[in-house]
Amino acid sequence: MIAVQDITVRFGEKTVLERFSLQIPHAGLTALSGPSGCGKTTLLRVLAGLQVPQSGKVHVPPRPAILFQEDRLLPWRTVEQHIADVLPRQRRGEVKRWLELVELEGEARSEPGCLSGGMGRRLALARTLAWGGDLLLLDEPFTGVDAPRAARILARIRALGVPVLLSSHEQAVVELCDRVIPLDGPPLAVKAR
Amino acid sequence: MDWRTGGYGALLLPAPLAVAGRLVALAVQPAFWQAAGMSLGRIFAGFALGAVLGTAAAVATAALAPADWVLTPAVKVVRAVPVASFIVLVLLWSPTTGLVPAIVSALMVLPVLWGNVGKGIAQTDGKLLELTRAYRFGRGKTLRLIYVPSVLPYFASGCATALGLAWKAGVAAEVLCLPRLAIGTRLYRAKITMETPDLFAWTVTVVVLSFVLERAMGALFRRMGGEKA
Repeated sequence: MIAVQDITVRFGEKTVLERFSLQIPHAGLTALSGPSGCGKTTLLRVLAGLQVPQSGKVHVPPRPAILFQEDRLLPWRTVEQHIADVLPRQRRGEVKRWLELVELEGEARSEPGCLSGGMGRRLALARTLAWGGDLLLLDEPFTGVDAPRAARILARIRALGVPVLLSSHEQAVVELCDRVIPLDGPPLAVKAR
Repeated sequence: MDWRTGGYGALLLPAPLAVAGRLVALAVQPAFWQAAGMSLGRIFAGFALGAVLGTAAAVATAALAPADWVLTPAVKVVRAVPVASFIVLVLLWSPTTGLVPAIVSALMVLPVLWGNVGKGIAQTDGKLLELTRAYRFGRGKTLRLIYVPSVLPYFASGCATALGLAWKAGVAAEVLCLPRLAIGTRLYRAKITMETPDLFAWTVTVVVLSFVLERAMGALFRRMGGEKA
């Protein structure tokens, strides 16, 4: 079970999450939905251990992998190097597999500056998947990616068998998930599909 | 007779052809190349030492607060001291005159590289550093993949600025401390024997060597910047 209990996160005067609790099963695809600024990114960062809440408890697997809201690509590394950089030496042969998963195999030697917005997003996603966490925290994973391609990639991610918690504004993506957690105000409801 | 120079025009400002003729005449002598080579070696050694120390000081001040307290004022003092004072002081302390140009060049380069590399480290993208924490990169990997490529343009720019300073300060130090084989020593001798075409010929040599070194360094940094592991 992935859980947060009574967490409060403030940035200066602004409270983003207040005494917020959540429990989700350690399996399948879970979507966080809600308007901008409702705390989706903050919650994912808390679960990734990058944001420490002012109070409350967080229970997550030991190796969560996060896809940041921004691509955070390195302009001086090629597409294949981005994947190889997060793989241990003995798994370097997997670069092609991860590029195929996000349909970027033809761009292996390209530099990030030559990629479109959607391609850059898919590269960042492939890097997160290749790192191999035991929980995938994906912040807007399909921004700029066309809906049919996003659906194909999401099906492949599901086949990896790793629990996924993603945030998305795209309804088509949210509808493909097993459960949806709206963050647009209390009381918190969990909708099982 | 030129009334403005009292007939000494060629002595004060020799004709370009006379300078070119002296340059050719000097260039066929082994002593010319020995002096040029020794000056180049000394000043480049000083430049390299200053670059290494400046970079190390910048890394130390960025990484350790105590190092910042000690090194920041020290480097600021080095930056403020006039080059002539350094030359005289180092000449006083140095066991051999040949070391003085190298040490003075290093002292000119150190503050420039310290400032530039420090700025590069400070401006490294915090979001990329957070990425390395999220993916649990070790220190070596973070250094290789994030810090080095981020700081390299600042380092290259610092080297381009510092190289000119190193040359000027190094040759000035040679003029004052007169090592046996040195461009500065030949400049000084040309001056006291009133061989103005030689003075200009050696000055042209300094400019050409500085230009060649700058181009070589630029090519090296372009290659490093484009390198893909």
